[in-house]
Amino acid sequence: MSAKSILEADGKAILNYHLTRAPVIKPTPLPPSATHNAPPRLASLHFPEGAAVKDILDQAEVTYPWLLQSGSKFVAKPDQLIKRRGKSGLLALNKTWPEAKAWIEERAGKVQRVETVDGVLRQFLVEPFVPHPQDTEYYININSVREGDWILFTHEGGVDVGDVDEKAEKLLIPVDLSEFPSNEEIAAALLKKVPQGVHNVLVDFISRLYAVYVDCQFTYLEINPLVVIPNADATSAEVHFLDLAAKLDQTAEFECGAKWAIARSATALGLPNVPSQSTKVTVDVGPPMEFPAPFGREMSKEEAYIAEMDAKTGASLKLTILNGNGRVWTLVAGGGASVVYADAIASAGFASELANYGEYSGAPTETQTYNYARTVLDLMLRAPMHPEGKVLFIGGGIANFTNVASTFKGVIRALREVAPLLNEHKVQIWVRRAGPNYQEGLKNIKNVGQELQLNMHVFGPEMHVSGIVPLALIPGKMNDSIKEFSG
Amino acid sequence: MPMAVPAVGGTPNGTSTSMPNGTASNLKADDNIARFSAPSRPLSPLGEHTLFHPKTRCFVYGLQPKAVQGMLDFDFICKRTTPSVAGIIYTFGGQFVSKMYWGTSETLLPVYQSSEKAMAKHSDVDTVVNFASSRSVYQSTMELMEFPQIKCIAIIAEGVPERRAREILHVAKKKGITIIGPATVGGIKPGAFKIGNTGGMMDNIVASKLYRKGSVGYVSKSGGMSNELNNIIAHNTDGVYEGVAIGGDRYPGTTFIDHMLRYQADPECKILVLLGEVGGVEEYRVIEAVKSGVITKPIVAWAIGTVASMLKTEVQFGHAGSFANSQLETAAKKNESMRAAGFHVPETFEDLPATLSKVYQSLVQDGTIKPQPEPAVPKIPIDYAWAQELGLIRKPAAFISTISDDRGQELLYAGMPISDVFRDNIGIGGVMSLLWFRRRLPDYASKFLEMVLMLTADHGPAVSGAMNTIITTRAGKDLISALVSGLLTIGSRFGGALDGAAEEFTKAYDKGLSPRDFVDTMRKENKLIPGIGHRVKSRNNPDLRVTLVKEFVHANFPKTTLLDYALAVESVTTSKKDNLILNVDGCVAVCFVDLLRNCGAFSPEEAEDYLRMGVLNGLFVLGRSIGLIAHFLDQKRLRTGLYRHPWDDITYLLPNLNNGAPGNEGRVLA
Repeated sequence: MSAKSILEADGKAILNYHLTRAPVIKPTPLPPSATHNAPPRLASLHFPEGAAVKDILDQAEVTYPWLLQSGSKFVAKPDQLIKRRGKSGLLALNKTWPEAKAWIEERAGKVQRVETVDGVLRQFLVEPFVPHPQDTEYYININSVREGDWILFTHEGGVDVGDVDEKAEKLLIPVDLSEFPSNEEIAAALLKKVPQGVHNVLVDFISRLYAVYVDCQFTYLEINPLVVIPNADATSAEVHFLDLAAKLDQTAEFECGAKWAIARSATALGLPNVPSQSTKVTVDVGPPMEFPAPFGREMSKEEAYIAEMDAKTGASLKLTILNGNGRVWTLVAGGGASVVYADAIASAGFASELANYGEYSGAPTETQTYNYARTVLDLMLRAPMHPEGKVLFIGGGIANFTNVASTFKGVIRALREVAPLLNEHKVQIWVRRAGPNYQEGLKNIKNVGQELQLNMHVFGPEMHVSGIVPLALIPGKMNDSIKEFSG
Repeated sequence: MPMAVPAVGGTPNGTSTSMPNGTASNLKADDNIARFSAPSRPLSPLGEHTLFHPKTRCFVYGLQPKAVQGMLDFDFICKRTTPSVAGIIYTFGGQFVSKMYWGTSETLLPVYQSSEKAMAKHSDVDTVVNFASSRSVYQSTMELMEFPQIKCIAIIAEGVPERRAREILHVAKKKGITIIGPATVGGIKPGAFKIGNTGGMMDNIVASKLYRKGSVGYVSKSGGMSNELNNIIAHNTDGVYEGVAIGGDRYPGTTFIDHMLRYQADPECKILVLLGEVGGVEEYRVIEAVKSGVITKPIVAWAIGTVASMLKTEVQFGHAGSFANSQLETAAKKNESMRAAGFHVPETFEDLPATLSKVYQSLVQDGTIKPQPEPAVPKIPIDYAWAQELGLIRKPAAFISTISDDRGQELLYAGMPISDVFRDNIGIGGVMSLLWFRRRLPDYASKFLEMVLMLTADHGPAVSGAMNTIITTRAGKDLISALVSGLLTIGSRFGGALDGAAEEFTKAYDKGLSPRDFVDTMRKENKLIPGIGHRVKSRNNPDLRVTLVKEFVHANFPKTTLLDYALAVESVTTSKKDNLILNVDGCVAVCFVDLLRNCGAFSPEEAEDYLRMGVLNGLFVLGRSIGLIAHFLDQKRLRTGLYRHPWDDITYLLPNLNNGAPGNEGRVLA
């Protein structure tokens, strides 16, 4: 739960819906628009594994009838949190629908390398192409810091915006919104290099955009290019956000979930052909916000399972597979300790062999711990054997209130079930844990290790939290003077 | 609203009530309750740098008895004279006091439903430990900050929206309030004050010597790692002076620099420890303070998350804030910069204890730190529940239950998890066999139990039980009263035919009486045979219910000895009078005996035992409850009014006192 990136299509849907609805913080230069925005034209296409690309494209024509309007030109691009798509050749501009279709068909479901990361293209966005003069391309970025929210603005937006940190005009909006700057201050701070004539239109848009940023609890919002074409007397303007990247604060779901959802409802998106009375009952009007995994890091079945378990309980359960064929696996309790373990493994020279990052904390039940441990063990034992064997760290700090013996029961149950395989894969198990009732927990796991003849070393609070990592990974570190837990 | 118990400075035994507890002594429960008067303020004003001191008093916001008990235990072993917790604020509360231990005796903590009342009662409180959830913590913290007496608030909740966290810290800054958190366990000042669950259980607090102050002040992000630091510091130096976990979120209310500056200003703190993390730039403010000469004390530091730069893809670590948005925010860069600024930064985190030890030893050598003699290790009584969980103690149980268990992950019926009950679709009969007989009975047996329930469910409104229920309902009583008034009618006359029939038939059969002998004996004793006879049904007009039961039992039961015996009895009685048939009660009763005796699940002793316990009556009570509830609902639905029996339906015969002794009523007077 933290600031999470969202799909471009979702970001645009939220802006389109809330720009005229979010309460502005101070009166803006232009009168509020009498009508709300028309539904946006966002054809968001998902190509799941195993689905026929052609069928999905055909279905798109039914869902988004405007794709078939004759003479229309479109933009097509993958929508998977990929930065600088233009530079990677992942942007199809000014295409007819058949051309865009062919372009997508060529790429959907295929592996694509972006910079150093390989990933499968599964999510595309098709929108109407907006012809515009170069001098109407702006760049705007709002991002949050401790003191407030920075608005970065430059009149030279577009693909070649360059180093915005250097050239953009900046304005810090304080957290306390009663200190929100006046229209003149906004214009003076951000619009120095923009012709006077469009100041009102731009100040109006920036204020409204910021109002949405606050109202929908964004933590990051970048639009480049932002195209603003004022009407003849500059009383209003046509605004197009051609490319957008955004993050929402997932923890604010309880405050903003309804706002996020309604912007993405079929009605708000103008989708007459989607059955409005879907049989599934959702909490809000519209589907719940989705937070996609970063490009190239599609969630595996196991990760999704743990994420689901995490979402359903008060305990915290996290799992990220870094390298399924890695030799070093971790089963660590605690948000801080888990990072310390990953650090120690990396600094021992095993960064590339580190198979997973994960943690369980917040007093999970025995069953949750079992399911978590079982998932990690399954992944480890499913991967091919390694001639040098594997290493499993069952680690953690000194718990504050979790009963170590009871969470360890879950771990022990999982170990028992795969004991023969653990030996077959030559898995060394290193245990370190402390906290309430650790004596019992360590004694139990040690007994199981002996009973099942596992290659296991057990340590308590006398051992440094991640002290077992060098002992296990760096030859010669472990010696007889280091005492194991004797219970 | 008056407090049920005087909150502070109360008169002893103010509301004492004697508690008869069976012992002969005059000890009252109240005598073991310690009461505290409000402590005086510390005499000399404390420095700006002092956040907590041995007289710090706080409120705990939210109902967290475990955390509060932990704080009180800590206070006790630190030899504080008053508990650090002055009261609990719980807006959903209805309870006025919460009972806590103070050492081995008990004390009562007031529970307030509003912050306002709490503040008014305790002007000495300047700290709040806020356990409100991520949803409500913004509102409650904003409210708490309205009170000028509050100087420090610890926010425990994880998942506070970032904008709300920033709004809180913005207001706090204006008002000069120190916020610790969100998403933290809190902090600890050995010998003085402990926030919530910081430091873990008492045994760990003792192991890390947190009951007396040392010389090392630390700040960490992670709460879990702060406990690890307590351990490391205790093993390598003279101990912790103060420690704060600022929380893993992106916008902690106070950051490293705030506490580092306090430690710098506090003459008793000699070594500073900083445990930073990937993400954010707050470590650099400490670096600036060192470079500009504001912080001069030695700092041992490490930023965790060095692994992030070595991974191919971005990973969101356990903490919401642990994510590098730029090179500056990486742990590697932070460690490098801190080292360059003259911090003591180890090669890896595993080397931190050695680094710390070296710094400590050098300060001991140059006389900056003079190790103090170690005080005696305090003892804290162990909680009963915890001792039991650790398997240290045992006591005889007052109750035993052998049928169901609700303590585990799943409810168990006689050992069968409730999910299996549904997966195997064992039905109500199956559940009855589990709970009544603690075993799975064959399917036909469960089916038979269900048949009995269905057959006995109702017998019309005119029978006594239903009548009572109807009348009670019409008197405006609730469901339970109406149901119970009907059930209380059940006995040897109403609904008792089942038990009676089972008893008589079984007795006769077991004695070896032939059916004819049985009928004759009963007649000689002038006894009706229970289970024989029907008002309208007869041999030629059989009761369909009986036919159903007979057919089912003959088709499914392994043996039907007693049923066959009862049918033979029937053929004797019907030869005398056509309506003296085996009725439904008799049939069910004998079949049930057949079931208990012959299904193979019961030993003969068990079978007799169950019959003696009146299990048949249980069947009738359970079945008929369905009908009685139906009559209740029916009357309610019909909105019937209070029933009054008409006079003309009662014959009034009262004794006439002038005409001799009572008993002659109705006699026609000559």
